[in-house]
Amino acid sequence: MTHPLLTDTPDRKMLLLGNEAIARGALEAGVAFASAYPGTPSSEIALQFFSIAREQNDLYFEYSANEKVALEMAAGAAMCGLRAIVSMKHVGLNVASDALLTLAYTGVKGALVVAVADDPFMYSSQNEQDSRYYAKLSSLPMLEPSSVQEAKDMTRYAFNLSEGLGMPVILRTTTRINHASGVVSLGLLMLRSNSGVFHKDPFSYVCIPSVSRNLHPKLLKKSAKAANIANESRWNVIQGRGSFGIVCNGVSYGYVADAITESGYTDRFKVLRLGFSHPIPENLVVKFLKNCEKVLIVEEGEPYLEEAIRVVAHKNGFGAPVFGKDERLLSRLYEFDPAIVKNAISSVFDLPFTSSVPIATEDLPAAPPRPPNLCAGCPHRAAYLAVREVFGDSAIYPTDIGCYTLGLHAPLNMGDFLIAMGAGLGSAGGFARATGKKVVAFIGDSTFFHSGLSPLASSVYNRHDFLLVILDNGTTGMTGHQPHPGVDVSHLGLDKTQIDIESVVRGLGVKSVLTVNPLHFVKAAEAVKRISTEPGVSVLIMKAPCPLYDKTLPGHKPGRPYTIRRDRCKNHRTCVNKTGCPAFHIEGDRVEIDPHRCTGCALCAQICPEKAIMPMSGKGSEP
Amino acid sequence: MKTTRIMIVAVGGQGNILAAKLLGEAALSCGIDVRMSEFHGMAQRGGVVESMVLLGDGAGYCIADGEADVLLGFEPVETLRAARKCSARTRVITNTAPILPFTVALGHAVYPDIPLALQSLASRVGGLTALDATTLARLVGSVQSLNVVMLGALASSGVLSAIGTGAFEKAIQGKMKAPLALQNLRAFQSGYAAYQNEVRGNSACAEQ
Repeated sequence: MTHPLLTDTPDRKMLLLGNEAIARGALEAGVAFASAYPGTPSSEIALQFFSIAREQNDLYFEYSANEKVALEMAAGAAMCGLRAIVSMKHVGLNVASDALLTLAYTGVKGALVVAVADDPFMYSSQNEQDSRYYAKLSSLPMLEPSSVQEAKDMTRYAFNLSEGLGMPVILRTTTRINHASGVVSLGLLMLRSNSGVFHKDPFSYVCIPSVSRNLHPKLLKKSAKAANIANESRWNVIQGRGSFGIVCNGVSYGYVADAITESGYTDRFKVLRLGFSHPIPENLVVKFLKNCEKVLIVEEGEPYLEEAIRVVAHKNGFGAPVFGKDERLLSRLYEFDPAIVKNAISSVFDLPFTSSVPIATEDLPAAPPRPPNLCAGCPHRAAYLAVREVFGDSAIYPTDIGCYTLGLHAPLNMGDFLIAMGAGLGSAGGFARATGKKVVAFIGDSTFFHSGLSPLASSVYNRHDFLLVILDNGTTGMTGHQPHPGVDVSHLGLDKTQIDIESVVRGLGVKSVLTVNPLHFVKAAEAVKRISTEPGVSVLIMKAPCPLYDKTLPGHKPGRPYTIRRDRCKNHRTCVNKTGCPAFHIEGDRVEIDPHRCTGCALCAQICPEKAIMPMSGKGSEP
Repeated sequence: MKTTRIMIVAVGGQGNILAAKLLGEAALSCGIDVRMSEFHGMAQRGGVVESMVLLGDGAGYCIADGEADVLLGFEPVETLRAARKCSARTRVITNTAPILPFTVALGHAVYPDIPLALQSLASRVGGLTALDATTLARLVGSVQSLNVVMLGALASSGVLSAIGTGAFEKAIQGKMKAPLALQNLRAFQSGYAAYQNEVRGNSACAEQ
């Protein structure tokens, strides 16, 4: 079946997810090379290319080990004239930024679009950094769609812009574009060209100091050219002729437009929507600022536009007051919503708004919290319990990014420090040296390949003393089961070389390495004890498949659910209280197991002091 | 069309996103503009899933507090959690069958008395209809069809008069393979009828 995004009917209207729209835009631009490391809210961009590349072999797609490699891979293809896209979440751009900032100097021959998805409010991220500053830092052009239709159209345009200027272009979105859906009118699909030529030109491409000294002025010239384009761009528009000026970007534009319509004072406003927001289109801003009595800047995150607008206003002698980031007006924190924007407009321009009044909710019965939890049957739960069995609260547990971060919650309470991919392992030696205490660091298999290799080499070399537990569930769990270098993908018909984690660890010089199945609880706890007596860096690989991923594999046999024998259970509740497994619930006074959720991992059965938890005999009946 | 804002809340795995998609496709087939956003950070791990569906005029993808025309809750505690999206004129349609959060299973939190809580909510909004959609879904073949039962109830509420039942049924057939589509068509009809019954039952009570 043809992938829906390959629908070749121009002007056809489809309901697309923002990330699907971005992928469609790239297909319409004839993208031939795509790479990514998954990360919410960007993951579905890569997912489209992953499935389409399996149907159409003139499109190359790969999940790279991390965002930096993904960017470099796409850069290589773009240096040879191909049209390439790389997608990542905002913090992924931190990883890729080292390459990006000098790639801006060399530029590219074909097209390279860097799609980066910010996550205001941190729905599923460790910070809410505003990636727009990377455009400023790198002098690269940046596009910011305000709607799902624009997400497609701007992506297609980004390829042309990139090729025209010979430089990478940043496509910056936020969660409410990536995970929004809207009606998209399709364009023509362009044929792709997947065979490139590399013309050697070391004194333009090999960034030694003498070369870079020539390239930096060239970059500034290109950036000036980009500014000229931005001044004329259809993505930067002035709407209305009023004297109340509002400058906005991205999703904020929708809130502003709706608020103005609702206010009934349409003629009083003038809106500057900046979709091509770096370089700042100075001439257009000047044109906009003329006759503005007051200016309000509506942008989520940092005062990126506000700073730029203030500079332009100052340089050109505009005295109208500019309002923007202010605790009482528009915050640097979290997401905006229509009410926040309405209130800001109402307060700055002194206009009444009849906002919808929420009902009183304080005195409604409280909804119990529903934090995300490790799934029933998740091997990470067993791994954490085994380590906790040996060290309790006495050890320090630097952790990392993935499903296993959820071990933080009670009752597991595993996780003492988390900042970035690979940083649990990277920081372990620091904790150990500074305290002399036992340190057990955790890292997932995908994260290990992403950012674990260098810190492990460094720790071995510097003779640190800690235990690293690699939680190997055979997939990238949190972002939707993408493959990584440690995963066998032969069942998907993909031609990849699987890398064995234990061999990698040994290859990096770790002498004491053990692999155990954490769901064999006693053996796993023994392994933790045994390996912890070894000096230096030791590595315990806790290997068992992600039950959600496992279900999708050929030959998967569902495990037999467990049940509690009433005659044996003494209601200690060790099972529930230690594991926090979501298959348990309390009915009346007794613990019950939901047979639809239990995967039969048997962890609870192994820790029950009465041995009262047994597999269900036969189909659905009590033993 | 004047903007209609529908807030759908559920627990991960209840099919919230698919329900929103079906609603969106049904609206699109009737020529109505659709803007939706979904939040499912770590949904497969038992968290809360929210969909905001905006139909008709406008440019935004988000529903602020007090702005929802309809709050459609697939789980009663999630309906309560999202109550701040309601104003005095919001129509609330909620499933009554609970899914206990593990915080409750562990005894760290208390699951509220649902009939009492819903009664309290009903007195503040423009109308509340509660139905055991989980049981209805089970009766048509699978708990998995709970989302479509709720969609049937929404279609039945009259809030979306511009989208006929045929458009919903076409959307279901367009997104699912034959046997599953059949089961979900039954789920849709079951939710549709249950809403009508509830409303009739309630007004009968009110008259007494």
